Amino acid sequence: MYQYDEIDQRVVNERVAQFRDQTRRFLAGQISEDDFRPLRLQNGLYIQRHAPMLRVAIPYGVLASRQLRKLAHIARTYDREVGHFSTRQNIQFNWPQLEQVPDILAELASVQMHSIQTSGNCVRNTTTDHFAGVAADELVDPRIYCELIRQWSTFHPEFAFLPRKFKIAVNGALQDRAATWVHDIGLHAVRSDDGEIGFRVIVGGGLGRTPLIGVVVREFLPWRHLLTFLEAILRVYNRYGRRDNKHKARIKILVKAMTPERFQREVEAEWEHLKDGENTLTDEEVARIEARMVRPGYETLPGDVPAALQQSLQDDRAFRRWHERNVHAHRVPGYASVVLSLKATGRVPGDASAQQMEAVADLADRYGFGEIRVSHEQNLILPDIRQADLPELYGHLKSLGFATPNIGLLTNIISCPGGDFCSLANARSIPVAQAIQERFDDLDRLYDIGELDLNISGCMNACGHHHVGNIGILGVDKHGAEYYQITIGGNQAPARLGRVIGPSLGREEVPGAIEALIEVYLDARLHAEERFVDVVERLGIEPFRDRVYAQPEREALYA
Amino acid sequence: MPDVLRNRRVEPDAFVRVESLDGIADDAHILVPLPLFTAQREVLKGRKGRFGLWLETSDEPQDAAGTLAHVDLVAIHFQSFTDGRGHSLARLLRERHGFKGEIRAVGDVFKETLFYLSRCGFDAFVLRPGENVQEALKGLDVFSEAYQASVERPSPLFRRRPAATSAGKGEP
Repeated sequence: MYQYDEIDQRVVNERVAQFRDQTRRFLAGQISEDDFRPLRLQNGLYIQRHAPMLRVAIPYGVLASRQLRKLAHIARTYDREVGHFSTRQNIQFNWPQLEQVPDILAELASVQMHSIQTSGNCVRNTTTDHFAGVAADELVDPRIYCELIRQWSTFHPEFAFLPRKFKIAVNGALQDRAATWVHDIGLHAVRSDDGEIGFRVIVGGGLGRTPLIGVVVREFLPWRHLLTFLEAILRVYNRYGRRDNKHKARIKILVKAMTPERFQREVEAEWEHLKDGENTLTDEEVARIEARMVRPGYETLPGDVPAALQQSLQDDRAFRRWHERNVHAHRVPGYASVVLSLKATGRVPGDASAQQMEAVADLADRYGFGEIRVSHEQNLILPDIRQADLPELYGHLKSLGFATPNIGLLTNIISCPGGDFCSLANARSIPVAQAIQERFDDLDRLYDIGELDLNISGCMNACGHHHVGNIGILGVDKHGAEYYQITIGGNQAPARLGRVIGPSLGREEVPGAIEALIEVYLDARLHAEERFVDVVERLGIEPFRDRVYAQPEREALYA
Repeated sequence: MPDVLRNRRVEPDAFVRVESLDGIADDAHILVPLPLFTAQREVLKGRKGRFGLWLETSDEPQDAAGTLAHVDLVAIHFQSFTDGRGHSLARLLRERHGFKGEIRAVGDVFKETLFYLSRCGFDAFVLRPGENVQEALKGLDVFSEAYQASVERPSPLFRRRPAATSAGKGEP
């Protein structure tokens, strides 16, 4: 985690003062509703169904325990004791009072946090692999580059009012855990043959109304040129992206309309002017950020499995399952990363109470190095746990309700807050997620089904990333009633977009439809390792569609 | 044309925007839209009055680049303060085309917009009607530092950070 210096702190403090002044003048009627909207959005403040919603950035998903305690404090003091972890490494509070938001921002600033540019038509919070720096398959630690991008994008004077929102994701491992192909810009941190760090640059991916996989505009961009190249992309977008229709304003539409080849030429032409300019990164700056990153002081531990862990794995089937699903390989011998599932049956996916947040902060201090990660799958992670401590930690997580062994499985549902909270939503997400979790609550069955990502979005904005779920569920509005469209075959990495199986279904029909999809899969799979998404790839959607719509209660609709 | 905020002062301004040169006094100071400028370039050069270029945010700076040496000022018109094209336009005029004259923001300009605009190279502002000048001026000083390279501070913060911070000191 990056430690602010005096300047970083001052910038954030000045932002709090600015927003306090803007809020005061808005409440006094000196700023109009229309003028205030973009200003509050650039501070993550939406006006929602019930109350304002405040979205707080968790830059590249890294939290210190004292920061998580502060979030718990905010949840308790200004909200209803709960926070919602979103799919973009943010936390959302659904019940703050507008008058109190400046105070909340001041609380955040006191622990080096903010809500800057978590919404609005600007460069949003940069996201990355939730195992950054600890994953065994990592090539380059992306966090330094994420911090460089955070600073560069914070109050960028030229790119504060883009045609539409702009999301950047960075991944530095073999496996893409940052959904880089479906971001406005995706960066793959890699090393060239001679060891130089650089980036594969992907532009124009995105979900929402027009889901598209991004295109590679540069195979290898040496790290020094990162910011000048980003400026070139952003400038082309800022100048030529559509502003007449917000549904066609994302960069993906521009790339498509221009053709990727011409877009690439425009960017290269712009970059010719910017390349090697003042924004060219320096060794000193990378070293400075590196020096301000708090790194764990790992012990030297033997690489073999500790006896206590071995014992628990042998004796305790539930533990073994949890270890298999929720524990991730660490690059340092003797350590592991532990995923805390915020997806227990009956709970709102991604929600954590103030008490739970505090308990997790305590566990991070006790068993780790005081650090917590937030994943875009809406779970929390304790990144640096001694393997010998896993059995004990498991006991604590069980009593907290965070030990559901479902990471990578069907009930690890990614879901937006949906119509229960969000004013954009066409339909509710949470009751659908809960009904599916209840239907698949049996762990033996869940394990038999194997790896499967299920994503739910309450509207076309696709905050639940339904297009890249192996099973995706999209809430739609049909003559004022809530319906759900189902897609299958989507995938996060490698990125593939799901295909719609047929007419949308009523809410009570969804669990049965998922059941039917699973039946087809289980009947058709050649062996246990053939995943749901592999079978869809092999057979196409037809057998799935046929089974879903052949259910007795669906026959009328299908006929 | 109302008063202009320039050098942190309100200064009277004699420039008026014109749609054509018909009936315009030869010594009047005028702001000319790009199409008129292109069509009447030679006539404009021969006038007694000063003239500036009036650009919409969608205009291409290179269309005006060759003749920037002849104009006293460029006004960029914001239909809405959320139209960020004007910010790129100003930077390009300054950084790519080397324009040293005044760049004036007109249209939907008020306190909250001045900080970003000034960093992009705007050095004069015509506030929209009804805005309080003293209040608006404070908008220039909301932030005491900025991370990026910009017209106002051509060197990014990372090239200017004091040695004390790069050594890991200077904790907040």
